[in-house]
Amino acid sequence: MSDFTDLTLASARAGLAARKFSAVELTKAHIAAIEGARDLNAFITETPDKALEMAQVSDARLARGEGGVLEGLPIAIKDLFCTKDVLTTAASHILDGFKPPYESTITQKLWDAGATCLGKLNLDEFAMGSSNMTSYYGPVINPWTRAGDNRQLVPGGSSGGSAASVAARLALAATGTDTGGSIRQPAGFCGIVGLKPTYGRCSRWGVVAFASSLDQAGPMTRTVEDAAIMLGVMAGHDPKDSTSAPLAVPDFAAALTGDIRGLRVGIPKEYRVDGMPAEIEALWQQGIDWLKAAGATPVEISLPMTKHALPTYYIIAPAEASANLSRYDGVRFGLRVPGGSLDEMYENTRAAGFGAEVKRRVLIGAYVLSAGYYDAYYLKAQRLRTLIARDFDQAFEKCDVILTPTAPSAAFALGEKMDDPLAMYLNDVFTVPVNLAGLPGISVPAGLSADGLPLGLQVIGRAFDEETMIRAAGVLETAANFTAKPGRA
Amino acid sequence: MSLDKATVARIATLARIKVPEADLEALGQELNKILHWVEQLDQVDTTGVEPMTSVAAMTLPLRPDWVTDGDRVDDILKNAPNAMHGFFTVPKVVE
Repeated sequence: MSDFTDLTLASARAGLAARKFSAVELTKAHIAAIEGARDLNAFITETPDKALEMAQVSDARLARGEGGVLEGLPIAIKDLFCTKDVLTTAASHILDGFKPPYESTITQKLWDAGATCLGKLNLDEFAMGSSNMTSYYGPVINPWTRAGDNRQLVPGGSSGGSAASVAARLALAATGTDTGGSIRQPAGFCGIVGLKPTYGRCSRWGVVAFASSLDQAGPMTRTVEDAAIMLGVMAGHDPKDSTSAPLAVPDFAAALTGDIRGLRVGIPKEYRVDGMPAEIEALWQQGIDWLKAAGATPVEISLPMTKHALPTYYIIAPAEASANLSRYDGVRFGLRVPGGSLDEMYENTRAAGFGAEVKRRVLIGAYVLSAGYYDAYYLKAQRLRTLIARDFDQAFEKCDVILTPTAPSAAFALGEKMDDPLAMYLNDVFTVPVNLAGLPGISVPAGLSADGLPLGLQVIGRAFDEETMIRAAGVLETAANFTAKPGRA
Repeated sequence: MSLDKATVARIATLARIKVPEADLEALGQELNKILHWVEQLDQVDTTGVEPMTSVAAMTLPLRPDWVTDGDRVDDILKNAPNAMHGFFTVPKVVE
């Protein structure tokens, strides 16, 4: 029943509280939707039995007048989060058959809050990609198509399954992770809300590591309010992650006052990049006008290091990835390809287990960290990172949030940009600097392209000031009144 | 800097990824393209700039060095492609 799958976390929660329907009914509607949309390839593992079991427990709790913040609400999990006894693949062949004996901190918090688990979502292999084309389990199909053109489009990446499933009404919400834009870019491509919190806001424990100084998990939802509600459950200090900040978790949803009078909105002049479509430029201006009409003051700011962010990222992220991925050795879990010696077994396993993009990044990482090249590449990139973060520090002396487009294009067709890794990397030109500086960012669906595809705007906040960012995003959402739905919802 | 075939082979060995001899040339070209692109950073003068190792403006906390977990041999070996007598197994390393 599509009425159920069209709900938000907030409205479904209200419906459950008012006993208008049960958690089991809500979950069954989503299981049916998932079964009807398998061609999108959004899920790697469906867990309908587990979902129904959890929903039954939720109904019992709700009947007793108990229940957590997300009690009875069906969500899905990017398959980068370890889930106890449930296959966890990172969309890689090398994790074949891996069933973690533990649960990631974030998913545990979601289950403790009462959410029900619909399954594990497809992604780019080890979250390395911007199109979901690098998954060992095949590409995810964007539920949107261009008007009058039925070619299949990518959902963006790396949280492509998360974005597609939420946009196609297969889950009320999903978790994502964002190392260089992997929550915000697919949210933009699929017309949903994606929030990357400040580095340290959420625990990384039990999330398969890509680049540890950049990785951060966050919610992917259909409204800003839902993102705020879900972030409130995901966030918080975790003794098991020494980089998680020992800070109290604010009531993020309470930040949605709608009042942004006097807010200073930074508009970075360096984000007017060559070749950006006029319609994205126009949408950005529209966003500025919307915030201005609500009482905010646009301020031009300068982030002079912007053009150096992508190359900096493509040194730091592969370097950290090459270290993190050294654990996949065919000994403790996943795939093993035999060899005559221990080294040969490692080499055969990793050659067969990693896809082309992952190999490329591990090799680049090994090179930039190797003796003789470390200073020229890795240390240089770390110094650039200081300058990029300093840009933002200086900008935030003049403004309270920053408004930019989420990505320089709308969703592209399956197979496009595949022959040139550098063209693919450009997708993240507006999102990568935010990760390098450790700041929070949110993508809000703000309009449609001329051929009917969603376009997102990004609001960037100060470190640990998600609340102001969420407040501005809420005003954008109200002004944009984005009600379009994909053909496949 | 440009990667020749020998360097690509050396990195592949460092990364423990088998790359067939026939693929070294093409892979080297791919990696060179990315490396040349990131070398644009040389244009930026970073003299005296501290390298950033973490964005979190905090000192990593210390905790007492106590065992907080353990006795989970079965859990840990459950995912091993090959385990025997409570151990992971690997190809023979000592003759």
